[in-house]
Order: sequence, then C-alpha cells, then structure tokens
Amino acid sequence: MPDLPVHVAALDRRRVLVLALAGGATLIGGALLARMARATPETAKKLLESLAKGTPQEGKVSLKAPEIAENGNTVPITISVDSKMEGGDRVKALHIVADGNPQPGVASFEFGPASGKVDIQVRLRLAETQKVICVAEMADGSLWQTAREIKVTIGGCGG
Amino acid sequence: MSEDIKPRIRVPSSAKKGEMVEVKTLISHVMESGQRRDSAGKPIPRKIINTFTCVYNGKAVFTAKLEPAISANPYISFFFKAEESGKLEFAWKDDDGSVYKAEQAITVA
Repeated sequence: MPDLPVHVAALDRRRVLVLALAGGATLIGGALLARMARATPETAKKLLESLAKGTPQEGKVSLKAPEIAENGNTVPITISVDSKMEGGDRVKALHIVADGNPQPGVASFEFGPASGKVDIQVRLRLAETQKVICVAEMADGSLWQTAREIKVTIGGCGG
Repeated sequence: MSEDIKPRIRVPSSAKKGEMVEVKTLISHVMESGQRRDSAGKPIPRKIINTFTCVYNGKAVFTAKLEPAISANPYISFFFKAEESGKLEFAWKDDDGSVYKAEQAITVA
C-alpha cells in the first residue's frame, strides 16, 4: 500500500481518487503475484543447481512415466540409472524436480554402497502439465540428467 | 488424521549372495502439502513424511528426502545387493517429529 499523506483532508477530490485507484491496483497486483507464486523452469533450474553443482549431461538416466496422467494426485514414475555402482561410476544421489508445482522440489535420493542398482519407483503429485527433471550425481562428480513432460488431466493440488 | 499411520514393506525373506533384491515400501500417510485450504479458507498446515531411510546391518542403503510433491501414502521401491544375512531397518520421519519404523530379516545363502 502506498503511504497515505497525513493531510488527506487537504487533498482535492481528483488526487484522492488517483490514490485510491493506485492502492486498489497494488492490492490486485499483490494478490495476483501471490497466486502465481509457483515453480517455474527458472526456479526449478536454480533448485537443481543448489542440489548438484555442475552442468549435467544428457544420458544415463531414464525416466519412465505415463505420457498422460489422468490423476495428478498420484503419477507413478520409474527412474533408473545406467551404472555399475562401483568406483567413480557409482550413483551417489538422484534428484527430482518439477517445474509446474507450487514448489519445484520433488525428492532427493541417496544411495549407499550396498545399493546394487538404481531402479526406483515413486508416485508424484503434479499440479498441472509440466516437465519432470531427474539428475543423477555420480561418485566422480559428473552429473547426468533426463527430463520429460507429463500431461496432467486433473491436477493434484486442489483443495 | 494421524491415528492410522502404518508402514508396510515387502522384501523376500531369502536371497542368493550378490543378488539384487527389490524392496517395496509403503506407508499410509496423508502427506498434507500445506497448499490446501479448509472449508473456512484457512491453510491446512503441512504434514508430510520428509525423510525415509533404509539401513542394512547398520550400513545406509537408501535415503529419500521427500517434498510435498510426493503422493499421499508414499510408495517407494528400490534395490539393494544382498551380500550377507542380516536385518533391513526402515524409518519414516514425519514433519511432526514422529518416526515410524519397520524391519525385516533376510537370509543370504
């Protein structure tokens, strides 16, 4: 809200009107911004950068997901990483982000030496049609990623 | 809503040495995202399972950090390499501080 001058009474009518309009516009603008506070490809990218330092290459990671998910409340996905799970080729972590949910983070997984292979299944909640990105972090520091767009018929964030 | 939180796991009770064993887990939990509002328009506070861990004979096998973008009743399946007989221990950590646990012994021949 703009600061209202103390001597409002001294203002002429036109000025009061302009001020009121400006105040109203600020309110509406604020409400719109609040409504649009959701993940975007940029925030998703930023989050990924904070999770895994470096530039990911395409490959190694495969993401199986339905092309069209009828119910965004539960979208089953399978992620596997092509790795021998030994030495530098071992998968240390796997991060999933989505760019159209209220928040970009989905999940991060860490793998100990006893995990024989990376082949995991989880179920996601997707608010709308969006891109899901998976990044695998290897023991040698290299990053591998894959991304996939999942179409959602009924969003999973309704209330 | 939290009265009926029950973890379930499915792991074979025996495996060959070096075999990749699939572990399937599920916990009945609302995974309230914190984005929804109740009928009075008040936001419903977030309450999710934020961390899941699986430890085998004291060694970390698999850890998952979960966000509200994971469905209610979170299902997670993964693999681990059976090298010796032992015990798999699972723990789900809730936003409210509770920890739900489960365990399963596995014989490796």
